[in-house]
Amino acid sequence: MNPAPSVLLFTVLSGLGFGFLAALGVGLVQPAGWAAFALWGLGYGLTVGGLLASTTHLGRPDRAWRAFSQWRSSWLSREGIAAVATLVILAPVALSDWLGLGLSRLPGVVGAVLALATIGTTSMIYAQLKTVPRWNHWTTPAQFFAFALAGGAMLAGQGGAAIVLLALLAAALVAHWHFGDRRFSEVGATMGSATGLGDLGVVSVFDPAHTAGNYLMREMIFVVGRKHVTKLRVLALILACLIPALVLMLPAHPMTTAATVVIHLIGAFAARWLFFAQAEHVVGLYYGKR
Amino acid sequence: MTCLPAKTDKKLGLAIDLDTCVGCNACVTACKGWNDQGYGAPLSDQNPYGADPSGAFLNRVHSYQVQPEAAAAITVSFPRSCLHCDDAPCVTVCPTGASYKRSEDGIVLVNEDACIGCGLCAWACPYGARELDASAGVMKKCTLCVDRIYNENLPEEDREPACVRSCPTGARHFGDFADPDSKVSRLSAERGGFALMPEMGTKPVNRYLPPRKKDALDASPLAPLLDIKATGFAGWLDRVLGKI
Repeated sequence: MNPAPSVLLFTVLSGLGFGFLAALGVGLVQPAGWAAFALWGLGYGLTVGGLLASTTHLGRPDRAWRAFSQWRSSWLSREGIAAVATLVILAPVALSDWLGLGLSRLPGVVGAVLALATIGTTSMIYAQLKTVPRWNHWTTPAQFFAFALAGGAMLAGQGGAAIVLLALLAAALVAHWHFGDRRFSEVGATMGSATGLGDLGVVSVFDPAHTAGNYLMREMIFVVGRKHVTKLRVLALILACLIPALVLMLPAHPMTTAATVVIHLIGAFAARWLFFAQAEHVVGLYYGKR
Repeated sequence: MTCLPAKTDKKLGLAIDLDTCVGCNACVTACKGWNDQGYGAPLSDQNPYGADPSGAFLNRVHSYQVQPEAAAAITVSFPRSCLHCDDAPCVTVCPTGASYKRSEDGIVLVNEDACIGCGLCAWACPYGARELDASAGVMKKCTLCVDRIYNENLPEEDREPACVRSCPTGARHFGDFADPDSKVSRLSAERGGFALMPEMGTKPVNRYLPPRKKDALDASPLAPLLDIKATGFAGWLDRVLGKI
């Protein structure tokens, strides 16, 4: 699948943002005054920035509001609703922290649950797709949750918890790669089943259907960069999990927190890029490609 | 709502005969032509006469080689378009309700006025039946020529999908698969019509009819000429040279 920059930005930044908002919502950190403005602002900035980035990959962004209507069947619609609900419900808590209003923290807990639900809906957009066997697996939600929780704990300065969550994230990533590499053959889609000609013999492409590219090939048959998979996987593990975990063992300081999050984000982008770039869509079978 | 209808009164679809199709691309051209001017945003092309042409199509013809274990290879022309699935994943993933399956005839359509062009339906489709129109920014797909089949302004013989109407070999058949006595149902039953990628659980309506069994020659008529037995001096030479 084509790793569109807007979708990469959205899933990585919003994932981290919602993880952090959940941490702020339950009160793992309870900043006051301008510190609260800065931290809540960071949480809102990451999530809203990511959400806005995601609208740029739409063909008709002017109609994005329509995406709130189909919650009964569509994970993408549920995601939109959950995201906006989270941001709205957490707003009074954020304002209360900033302005010292002393309002109840109950909406914070509800908002935290909704933030995690948003992560779940985002991951299900991918995990629901039978057409992309690598994504159609429990390790997809697992890694999305692990990224959000580990990132949120890191930003909230929860060193100990963050180290445990980073270890879980590493496990989730390795599991996703381990099972993902087998998923396509497990699902059993082949050129034979795609064309229905498999019973007659071995099917291969005789002549391509078109000599120029098309939407399908650009969007779903992305083969560039799979060559460096192993290197990228190791880099993602080191940057997203290992280095942040090691730095977190040092005495806590705002600068080390910032540094770990930046390094973690670089690793997260590498991992998420791979998540897309490595995912093979079954439509590639019609083109003799994976 | 993008929930699927529990049941559709009719199941309109195509039976595509892979034995008869010669891969002439008339259906591709007819489809593109009709959908340039009728229903919804015109199917656009980008840079059509330039170095890197590209465009949206609702029907494309592939060509495959099939190599049986112990027979000559065959080539199969393979038109690929929307199968109007009963369990269409492209419909349920749609966040805006633009994608829908009609309960009256089972046709899967896109309401282009509500489509945001997110592309998730194209991701959900195993068959590559949906292409985003790069000019209009909305998703395009086969409408089963819904603007022809019910169109009383057209002569009756034209009230079928453009691809079916234009096929010079009669490889494409249009009808109601919910009716066991329809032409397409009978054709599919007689010829062993099959669905594509059943493992995806989409329950396609369209059926493909497999290539018929080809005759196989027992042996080449030229075979006796190749089996030359040398005699006399040449035979002696053949034996000696064979031993060296």
